[in-house]
Amino acid sequence: MIPEIGHLALIIAFVFATGLAVIPMWGAVRGNIAALNLAPTLAMGVLVFVSIAFAMLAISFLDDDFSVAVVAANSNSLLPPIFKFSALWGNHEGSLLLWVLILSGWMAAVSWFSQGLPRVMVARVLSVMGMIAIGFLAFSLLTSNPFERLLPNIPLDGNDLNPLLQDPGLIIHPPLLYMGYVGLSVPFAFAIAALLGGRLDASWARWSRPWTNVAWGFLSLGIMLGSWWAYYELGWGGWWFWDPVENASFMPWLMGTALVHSLAVTEKRGVFRAWTVLLAIFAFSLSLLGTFLVRSGVLTSVHAFASDPERGLFILIFLALVIGGSLLLYALRAPTVASRINYTAVSRESLLMVNNLVFTVSTIIVLLGTLFPLVMDAFSLGKYSVGPPYFNAVFVPLMALVMPFMAIGPLSRWREDSAARWLHELLVPGAVVVVFAVAVPFLFGGEFNVWIALAVLLAGWVAVGVLKDLWRRLGVGSGYGLRWQALTPSFLGMAMAHLGFAAVVMGAVVVTQLNEERDLLMEVGDVEFLGGYRFELTGLSREAGPNYMADQAVFEVTQGDQVIATLIPEKRRYFASGQMMTEAAIDASVWRDLYIALGEPIEEGAWAVRLQFKPMVRWLWLGGALIGFGALLTVADRRYRRQSTRHSAPLAEASGLAR
Amino acid sequence: MRVKRFIPLAVFALLALLLFKGLSIDPTALPAARLGQPFPDFSQPELLTEELIDASALRPGPALVNVWATWCYSCRVEHPYLLALAEQGVPIYGLNYKDDSEKARQWLADLGDPYRLNIADRDGTVGLDLGVYGAPETYVLGADGVILHRHVGVLDQAVFEQDIGQWFPALAKLGQANAPESSAQ
Repeated sequence: MIPEIGHLALIIAFVFATGLAVIPMWGAVRGNIAALNLAPTLAMGVLVFVSIAFAMLAISFLDDDFSVAVVAANSNSLLPPIFKFSALWGNHEGSLLLWVLILSGWMAAVSWFSQGLPRVMVARVLSVMGMIAIGFLAFSLLTSNPFERLLPNIPLDGNDLNPLLQDPGLIIHPPLLYMGYVGLSVPFAFAIAALLGGRLDASWARWSRPWTNVAWGFLSLGIMLGSWWAYYELGWGGWWFWDPVENASFMPWLMGTALVHSLAVTEKRGVFRAWTVLLAIFAFSLSLLGTFLVRSGVLTSVHAFASDPERGLFILIFLALVIGGSLLLYALRAPTVASRINYTAVSRESLLMVNNLVFTVSTIIVLLGTLFPLVMDAFSLGKYSVGPPYFNAVFVPLMALVMPFMAIGPLSRWREDSAARWLHELLVPGAVVVVFAVAVPFLFGGEFNVWIALAVLLAGWVAVGVLKDLWRRLGVGSGYGLRWQALTPSFLGMAMAHLGFAAVVMGAVVVTQLNEERDLLMEVGDVEFLGGYRFELTGLSREAGPNYMADQAVFEVTQGDQVIATLIPEKRRYFASGQMMTEAAIDASVWRDLYIALGEPIEEGAWAVRLQFKPMVRWLWLGGALIGFGALLTVADRRYRRQSTRHSAPLAEASGLAR
Repeated sequence: MRVKRFIPLAVFALLALLLFKGLSIDPTALPAARLGQPFPDFSQPELLTEELIDASALRPGPALVNVWATWCYSCRVEHPYLLALAEQGVPIYGLNYKDDSEKARQWLADLGDPYRLNIADRDGTVGLDLGVYGAPETYVLGADGVILHRHVGVLDQAVFEQDIGQWFPALAKLGQANAPESSAQ
C-alpha cells in the first residue's frame, strides 16, 4: 500500500507542477492577477506531494519492503538503518526523486523569501521552475518509477547497497551536491523570467545573487565532500580523478564561479547584462548536461548509474527543450543595446572580466575533455580516454593565471582605478610574499621546489590581497578605532572563499609534489620508514561487521620514541554481494595525513600494503569548506533583506505586466 | 549584430546532435582493429637487462602479453594469478606501460616475476601502436605472433577458462586442478 500512496503522490505532484507551469505564466501574459497569485500555492502543492512520495519510498526502504524493485536492488535486511535510508538515493530512481524533492524545496524557498518582489516576477520564476519540475517528474514517472513492484515473486532479501556507498560521506554528499545542481535552477529561472519580462536590470541581478551564492556554496561543499569520500573510500588515496562524473559536477561549479562574479558587476554597475544572463543559462544547462551524462550511459565512468538508452533519449529531449528553448529566448530577447555605462581598462569591472574569461575557458576545456571520447567515437575515429595529463596541463595554468588578479580584485575600485594605486596598496605585502615563497620551501621541504615556491607565491598573494582589504576596511591605523561594522557578511564570505581557494591551491600543489608512497609486501613484525615515520605491522586479525567480514591489519606508527597512532586498515568482504572493499586507515592532521591501505593477501601471513605520506592534503577540503561556507554566509547580508521591503507595492513595480 | 545572439543556440544544437549520436554507441565496446594482425613492431629496452628488444622476442607462441604498471591498482589484484599461470607454464610477456622502471623492478622483486621478459614502454608508444586502453590488459599471441584475442581488465581464473584457455589446451586441464584459491578474489 505504502508504495502505491507514493506513486499516487508523485502523480498528483506532476499535476500541480503542470498547473504551476501553465497558470501563472498565462496570468503573466494576460495580466490576470488571480492566476499570478496562484503560483506560490501551486509550488507548495508540488513540495507537499513530492515530500509524501519521498517519505513513502523512505518507509519502503526502512521496512525492508523487497517487493519494491529499487529496495530489492539496493538494500538488504542486514544493512544498518542509516544506510537503508541513504540507499534511497544510491540508485538512479531514488536519486531522481531526491532531485525533484530538492527542486520543489527551492521553489518553496523562492516563494517564501520573495514575498516583497514584484508578483509577476515571482510568478514567472516559479512557473519556469514548474516547467523543470514537469520534466523531471515525467522522467521519474515514465521511465524510472521508483515505486515499481516485483510481483508476484517477491525476493526474500535485497541485493544490498553497493559497499562503496555504505559510508557516512555518501549520506550527505548527494543531497549537498543536488542542492547545488538544482539550486542553479533558481538563477536560471530568474534569468528566463527577466528575459520574458524584458527587464534585465540591476534589481534582477540583486534578486538572483543570494540564490546563486547559496546554490554555488552548496555545490562547492558537495564537490568537496565527494573528493574527500573518494580519498578515504576508494582506497588509493587520490582526491581528484577528472572522471566524467566528477567533471559533470565541476563544470556547473566553474560556470557558477563566473556567474557569481558576473552578477556582482551587473548588480553594482549594470554592465555585462546579456553576458550574465547567458552565464545563468549555461550554469544550469551544465547541471542538466551532467545529469544526462551520468544517467544515459553515453560515457563510461566508475560511478555512472546503470544506463538505459531510453532514459538517455528522454533526458536529451528534455535538455533540447530547456536549453534550446532558453537559448532561443536569449537570442530573441537579450538586450542588444550596448549599455551606456562606461568603465576603463584599469577597473574592478575589467578584473572581474578576467575572472569570467578564465572560468568560462576552464569550463570549455573541461567540457571538451569530457566529450572528446564521445566525439571521436561518434565519428568512428577510435576509442579514446582523456586522462588527467590533459586536464592538468590546461587547467593548472588557467588557475595560475587568474590568481594574480584575485588579490587586486577586492581592493580595486569600480569604473576607474589606477595601476599606481594598486602598486601602492600591494607593493609591501607583495614583496613579503615573494620572500616568503622563496624561503618556505627551504624551511619545510629541505630542498627548493619550484612548484611549491610558485604555489606559496600565488596563494600568498591572494591571501595578502584579502588581508590588505580587511585591514583597510577595519580602518587600522586611521586613529578612529576599528570599524567592525565594515565587515559585512558579504565581505566576510568573499574573504573566506578567496582564502579557501588559496588553501585549495596550496594543498593541491604540496600533496602532488611531496606525496610519498610505497607499495610493499608486509608480514607481522615488518617495519618500514616513510616521511620520517616508522610503520610497524604488529598484528593481523579477522573481525565480523554487521554485514561483512573484515581482515584487519594493525600498524603502530611511531616517530622517534613517540607513538603517533595505531592504524587499522581493513579489507572487507560483504556478505550479500560478495564484493571486496578496502577501508583505508588514516591518521589525519593539518600538515600531513598518514594513509594505509591493504591490498591483497599475497602469501600466508603476508599482505600487499600501500603506505602513503600525504602532506597538507587536508587543506584541499578545509579550503573547499571555506569556499562553500563563505558563499553561504554572504546571504546574511542586510542588503538582501532590505530589498524585500523596498518593493512593498508589488504591482506598481510590475512593469512586465503593462507590456 | 542580432545574428551573434544565435551563436550559443547553434553551438548547443551541434552538441545535442552529438549527444543523440552518443546514445546509440556503446562506450564499453572496444575495437578489435589489431585482431588477426601481428604484434606491432617496436624497439624498446627490456626492463631488467636494458637490452633493446623487438617483436621477435615475443616468440614462441602461443603466449600472453600482459599490459601492467605499478600505478595500476588492478594490476596488483591480478598479479598473483599471473604468477600461478606462469608456474603452470603459460608464457607471459610483460608490457610495462608508462611506468617508472625503477619502481617496476622493485615491484617484480617484491611480488614475484611471472614474465619471461618485459618491454619497458616508458613513454607508451608500444601501447599506442597496440591500441591499449588502460592497464591491465592481456593479449593472446598465436604461434606466429599474431594477436588472437584481447582482454581488458583483470585476468582471473574465470576469464582465462572462458576466453583464453582454448589457446592453451594442454594447460587448461592442469590449471583447473592447481587453481590457487586467491584468484577467486
